[in-house]
Amino acid sequence: MNGRRLLLTSAGAIAIVALLVSIALAQGMREKFFDRDGRLVVIERSAAEQLRTYDIRSSKAPETFPVPPPPFSEGIFPCSDCHAHMSPDQRPRVLTEEHTDIVLNHAEGQRWCLDCHNTDDRDTLRLVSGEIIPFSESYRLCGQCHGDKFREWREGLHGKRTGYWNGDKEYLLCAHCHNPHDPNFKPMKPMPPPVRPGETRR
Amino acid sequence: MSDEQQKETRVFKQTRRKVLKGLAAGAAVLAVPTPQASASVWEAFFQKHFREMSKDELVRVLARLEKTYSRQYGKEVTVSATPPIEGVRFGYGLDLSRCIGCRRCVYGCVEENNLSREPQLHLIRVVRLQKEKGVDLDYAEHYYNPELVPEPGYFYMPISCQQCENSPCTKVCPVQATWKEKDGIVVVDYNWCIGCRYCMASCPYGARRFNWRRPQIPAENLNPTTHYLGNRPRPVGVVEKCTFCIQRTREQPGRYPACQEVCPVGARKFGNLLDPKSEMRALIENKRVFILKEDLNTRPKFYYFF
Amino acid sequence: MKNILHITKGTLILLCKGSRAYYVWVGILLCLMGVGAIAYAHQLQHGLGVTAMRDQVSWGFYISNFTFLVGVAAAAVLLVIPAYVYHWKPIKEIAVLGELLAISAIAMCLMFVTVDLGRPERFWHLIPKIGILNWPQSLLAWDVLVLNLYLVLNAVIAGYILYSLYFKKEPNKSFVTPLILFSIPAAIAIHTVTAFLYSGLAARPFWNHAILAPRFLASAFCSGPALMILVFLLVRRYTKFRIKDEAIHKVAELVAYAIFINLFLFGAEIFTEYYAGTVHLASLKYLLQGLHGHSALVPWIWTAILFNILGFFIFLIPELRRNHFMLVVGCLLIFFGVYIEKGMGLVIPGFVPDVLHEIYEYAPTGIELLVSLGIWATGLFIFTMLLRVAIPILNGDFHVAEDGVGSHIGDSLFIIQPDQEESTEKT
Repeated sequence: MNGRRLLLTSAGAIAIVALLVSIALAQGMREKFFDRDGRLVVIERSAAEQLRTYDIRSSKAPETFPVPPPPFSEGIFPCSDCHAHMSPDQRPRVLTEEHTDIVLNHAEGQRWCLDCHNTDDRDTLRLVSGEIIPFSESYRLCGQCHGDKFREWREGLHGKRTGYWNGDKEYLLCAHCHNPHDPNFKPMKPMPPPVRPGETRR
Repeated sequence: MSDEQQKETRVFKQTRRKVLKGLAAGAAVLAVPTPQASASVWEAFFQKHFREMSKDELVRVLARLEKTYSRQYGKEVTVSATPPIEGVRFGYGLDLSRCIGCRRCVYGCVEENNLSREPQLHLIRVVRLQKEKGVDLDYAEHYYNPELVPEPGYFYMPISCQQCENSPCTKVCPVQATWKEKDGIVVVDYNWCIGCRYCMASCPYGARRFNWRRPQIPAENLNPTTHYLGNRPRPVGVVEKCTFCIQRTREQPGRYPACQEVCPVGARKFGNLLDPKSEMRALIENKRVFILKEDLNTRPKFYYFF
Repeated sequence: MKNILHITKGTLILLCKGSRAYYVWVGILLCLMGVGAIAYAHQLQHGLGVTAMRDQVSWGFYISNFTFLVGVAAAAVLLVIPAYVYHWKPIKEIAVLGELLAISAIAMCLMFVTVDLGRPERFWHLIPKIGILNWPQSLLAWDVLVLNLYLVLNAVIAGYILYSLYFKKEPNKSFVTPLILFSIPAAIAIHTVTAFLYSGLAARPFWNHAILAPRFLASAFCSGPALMILVFLLVRRYTKFRIKDEAIHKVAELVAYAIFINLFLFGAEIFTEYYAGTVHLASLKYLLQGLHGHSALVPWIWTAILFNILGFFIFLIPELRRNHFMLVVGCLLIFFGVYIEKGMGLVIPGFVPDVLHEIYEYAPTGIELLVSLGIWATGLFIFTMLLRVAIPILNGDFHVAEDGVGSHIGDSLFIIQPDQEESTEKT
């Protein structure tokens, strides 16, 4: 009697949980929002579709942007010239032999070189997802944290685009203006102020 | 009696012509000091308003100007009169949170637009404002000159022509020497301006500049690609202003204005306000945008954002 | 045709003949005109950079003088109103003098605007049909029109009246009266339009007041008649032309009202700006107190205010204004008071601080002063020449000869009392 009751109760509980989960899932599959005219829009997507959103491997190829060559220090690229013959040392440490000019001033407590540089091929960069990208797509690397800046950069709002206002445009990489290891913009000498009107009088 | 009168009027007309010729010669002394240029001075004096010229007349005027400038500066100078592009209305954006007040734009403009080096003439004025006070021009410093910019506690605001839709300067000009083109650029016909400077009094942005003396540009620094309404060498005694680099932006495809190209921090944005995909539209729709002296209802097409 | 020839001949004789004082006076004016012309030639050669005007303060001493003189020109109407509207005879006799002063003042106005132009040789761009006059949009176009209209109007009226008197004919009332009546709104128009020229500019809060046009009119009715009274007193003293005391006193009384209104309107503006205390106060503060350590205009404006108040009491108290010495003092006080207040005191603060709040303290250069002096001399020269012909005609000393063709010149020289020669030059 007792056993049966327990069974029934647990079956009921399972049913309720299943119901709740299915309701939650159904809600998740339904995207509801208001469009600009105030109309309610509902988009339904299957659970599989939804899951795919978070699957980087099957997501569509990211947009690429025309950029000038990355601003490498002279004679430093390709990195493989040296690194191909070295076995990678993955331990975070202070570099004492090479690259001593690089002082990491960019969330330095939380990362070090090989979080961004590809351990296996130093001529490329590595995203958190594991995807390997060339230096000419480094904006994707920066965009991992600075999504807002990346989106504005894409629109031409952050950073500088050259080219033609009604034709082909060229983007600058983040690294063209911000040193990736020390990204704060460096102060510069201003050009001379205008001549005061009093001084021009003869 | 009537014969006499006719004769009199003829004499009068002739003397009037002489007087005008004399004036033209006087203008010659003012404008071009070469005596052999008297014919072109005569033509320059009687040159029509830019918008009233026929195609042929315009071609001749441009040829005359090219000849004059080429001789004056000892190198090939072209003067175009490229018309506005259909379906375009230019707008400008300036990111106050990016601008560091380095004045690269000021001098980039000088070089591109053949601004007078002596006496100095700038079309962009960068003012330093206090972060504590916000956009309050009462605290504007025009002549800041520290070792390095940006300085802590300050932000910078470059001000040039705001290319108003409801432009007070074009309204007040007594001879219509300045007007708004179809692409929204406010231009000046330097050969029609009489130099009364009423437009300068009417401009709430101090954007108009007067050639108080004959502008001087070293020949080697002259930008030889010029536009009639833009960067061609200016005569003394006329008003000039920013034209969004009309000689660059009206090309097909159009280059960006020089100040935009030279800005080291990418604070300057430029584009077609009628194109929904332009960066101007993106910034107006997504950023916090304001226009200068909004209460005056001048409706600038120069948007500051941050 | 022959008549015209004789009038011209007679006029030339009148202009060339005169007492020693007349020659000295005209000689000084011609010298000053010469100096002004040389200074202007220098300016033409080197551009307006020889002035102290810059992009921050783009109008200066020239436009200040222009603004003041428009007021002087408009003031002729004050004489015309009682003369022709109320048919008050004592003033009717002297109204022509007011019109001649208006002609001279407008001539000076046009000269001051011309020397302020960067490209004066392009003046023809302003002529409708040949050039492009931006009418009705530009207030400057309006000003060009009304100033020239007013000049022509006064020239026609004065010329016609003098011409009729020369031929000993009564002026044709049905021709001249409508013109005179029309000159009243025209006088108000030149001053209103000039005020609108400033008050229409939203960029310049110092000018952007509805009260500016009334202030312009009030101050014009101070300075113009003050100058007229001085002229009357001089003319009366040195010529046979009789001007009745009551005419002068009537004008003086009207001036008293005008000064009061002028002071009242100025005070109203000061109250509004200071009490509200908005950012728009800056220019007025610069004028009255100095701004951020810049105070070039402060002593000048307080002098002007003092002059205007003193002048007001002189004109207000009948005993004082009937004393001709005090009247001269009062006229000079008002003239210079308004000259400062309506000239530099009005134009310069419009530009200080400038639209981007920069402060550039403007003070005219020597060239500007010399050119302006030359124009003032030219204006006085024109006025002297006009009076030289008009007064003998009004006196009946210069008229058509008995044969109806030739001209007769009577005893028309200025009567000079040798001990008072210098005071002629003071005008």
